[in-house]
Amino acid sequence: MTVSLTLVLIAGALFGCGVTLLLSRSLVRALLGVLLMGNGVNLVFLLASGPPGRTPILTEADKSGVPIGPEGISDPLPQAFVLTAIVITLATTAFTLALAHRSWQIGRTDVVADDVESQRTHERAVANDMSDSDFVSTAEPAPPEGPDTEFIEREGRDVSAEEAEAETEEVPGADDVPAGVGETGPGPEGRP
Amino acid sequence: MNIDPTVLIPLPVVIPLVAAGLTLVTSRLAWIQRAISGTALGLVVAVSAALVWLTDHGDPMAMVVGNWSVTEGIVLIVDRLSALMLLVSTVVTLGVMLFSAGRGISSDDDEHDGEAPLPIFHPTLLVLSAGVSTTFLTGDLFHMYVGFEMLLFASFVLLTLGGTQDRVRAGINYVLVNLLSSMVFLTAIGMVYAATGTVNLARLAQRLPLLSEDTQLALQLMLLLGFSIKAAVFPMSAWLPDSYPTASAPVTAVFAGLLTKVGVYAILRTQTLLFPGDRVQTMLLVAAVLTMLVGILGAVAQDDIKRILSYTLVSHIGYMLFGIALGNQAGVSAAIFYVVHHILVQTTLFLVTGLVELRAGSTSLKSLGGLIGIAPLTSLLYFIPAMNLSGIPPLSGFLGKVGLIQAGVEQGSPLAYVVIGGALLTSLITLYAMARVWARAFWRDPVEEAPQAPQKITAGVIIPTALLVACTMSLTVFAGPLYRMTDAAALALLERTPYITAVLGL
Repeated sequence: MTVSLTLVLIAGALFGCGVTLLLSRSLVRALLGVLLMGNGVNLVFLLASGPPGRTPILTEADKSGVPIGPEGISDPLPQAFVLTAIVITLATTAFTLALAHRSWQIGRTDVVADDVESQRTHERAVANDMSDSDFVSTAEPAPPEGPDTEFIEREGRDVSAEEAEAETEEVPGADDVPAGVGETGPGPEGRP
Repeated sequence: MNIDPTVLIPLPVVIPLVAAGLTLVTSRLAWIQRAISGTALGLVVAVSAALVWLTDHGDPMAMVVGNWSVTEGIVLIVDRLSALMLLVSTVVTLGVMLFSAGRGISSDDDEHDGEAPLPIFHPTLLVLSAGVSTTFLTGDLFHMYVGFEMLLFASFVLLTLGGTQDRVRAGINYVLVNLLSSMVFLTAIGMVYAATGTVNLARLAQRLPLLSEDTQLALQLMLLLGFSIKAAVFPMSAWLPDSYPTASAPVTAVFAGLLTKVGVYAILRTQTLLFPGDRVQTMLLVAAVLTMLVGILGAVAQDDIKRILSYTLVSHIGYMLFGIALGNQAGVSAAIFYVVHHILVQTTLFLVTGLVELRAGSTSLKSLGGLIGIAPLTSLLYFIPAMNLSGIPPLSGFLGKVGLIQAGVEQGSPLAYVVIGGALLTSLITLYAMARVWARAFWRDPVEEAPQAPQKITAGVIIPTALLVACTMSLTVFAGPLYRMTDAAALALLERTPYITAVLGL
């Protein structure tokens, strides 16, 4: 099957632009990205229907001498697919815009926010915070009965602090991440 | 009177849709809404049970919607796998609907939420059920996309019910990721149509082997990508724990039970029917073991019961993918058994979390404690499914895992043994995560921080949860017949001929 290169390139460009927009922080831009991708996919369906320029419907009078079948008329099935996809994209647009408006009503912003709990877990991991762990006792420390327990107690308290310092020193990049992530929150509001 | 049994096939889609319309019309009268919803879902459970019986004692049944011919129309087909999936998913939806009706609130939960203009929980739940049934019943790839979109949109509405800040944030993430997966799936359908000229699954099964190996691989990977995002396979699983915990308890329960399993079903159907062979076996095995381990390690880092359960949901998808990746009859059979088990157990656990939230006001492990004294029945209802999920014999989690491990040993490759090791390790860590929740929320003494005003748990919410726990325990009793049925289903899936002749003989 030969297809038009222009259409293929346009579909690819639409899909690529759509993906780029989908990655942005503003919900409305992400929605525009989804719409572009949707249109790119519709073009793929159009390409799948075969060469352009064929008759849409054949009547009885046309059948004489005109080949019927996939070569004769243009394929209606991908056009039906495209129509369904367009309607679904319409509903998607309506819902996502309502969601963006609600987000604006609540917080005066429409950013795609990060999950707060995930960020907290990440910060705890970076700081090597074991305070919630089952393997570090949070009960009151047992009275030191011998050299062993003293060692373990001291190690449990001191090493974690040292390790936390060492962690943050050895991995300077890790310090940037929580701050960087936090900055993207108020950032997009300033952009028009 | 001779009734053609194929008249039963579209009912699991038609009944919920009609009921959705009726509940929308009667939205001012909550008790009529619940009655219509309950009746509709009860009818669908009965129809699904009849379909299970019919397909188990005969061939797959197929029909074309609108009586078109097979080449132009949309085919609906029920075989053992579809019937089993239908039965389990409708039972779970009925249980969740009874739970939310028993809570006494027809729309959304929190008292301090924004009020919805119409109580739309029941209509949306019914549309979700219709979408899930569509996906299980269809024999047409584009119709599967339509079914996915139906259930997706219902899930968007259910997730953001109430419009609070948390839910809108989670909803935005969820909407965008799922729209991406829909786009990928739609592109894959376009490419499949361009390559073969049809989207009917049975005709595709005949035409796809005629293409070149590279084209087949490309199509297989595109479809796999779209379904894997829906099924939350690593590395496309990060969206799930971000969005599921913020919804209300019955909503999370129905999501956890149904939505990811629809993705797993789609992977199973396309991999066995359209792309037989082991082209992507290594990749799927690696993805399975990574999903298992990364998911469960995420669970042990969490503080909130709902988040822990969301991560275990991701992790156990890896088990199902393991069975599918193995590709032998034992593997596919164990995977189907595990899907049935996991739908029931995960939904039940989320419903129990809803009970905990009602009784203690929060699900964060920091502020929970001593629930075994305050709510002994809830503790029991947590303990049984939790041990089931961790794979303690004689419960069905153990049986499913044994089946998967046996299938892996039968396959025998080194990678299969690595995945078996990962599976065992994941089971152990699941046990740790479940025991941690038990130790902190139920077993230890109550903490000083007083929770919000607890509500009394009425019989209306306890009974559906207890019934679902009884269903999970019944899987142990009926494991023999169930395994026999999944073995037969797996054999039919791998042979492909029963399915193809049922459709093309129309």
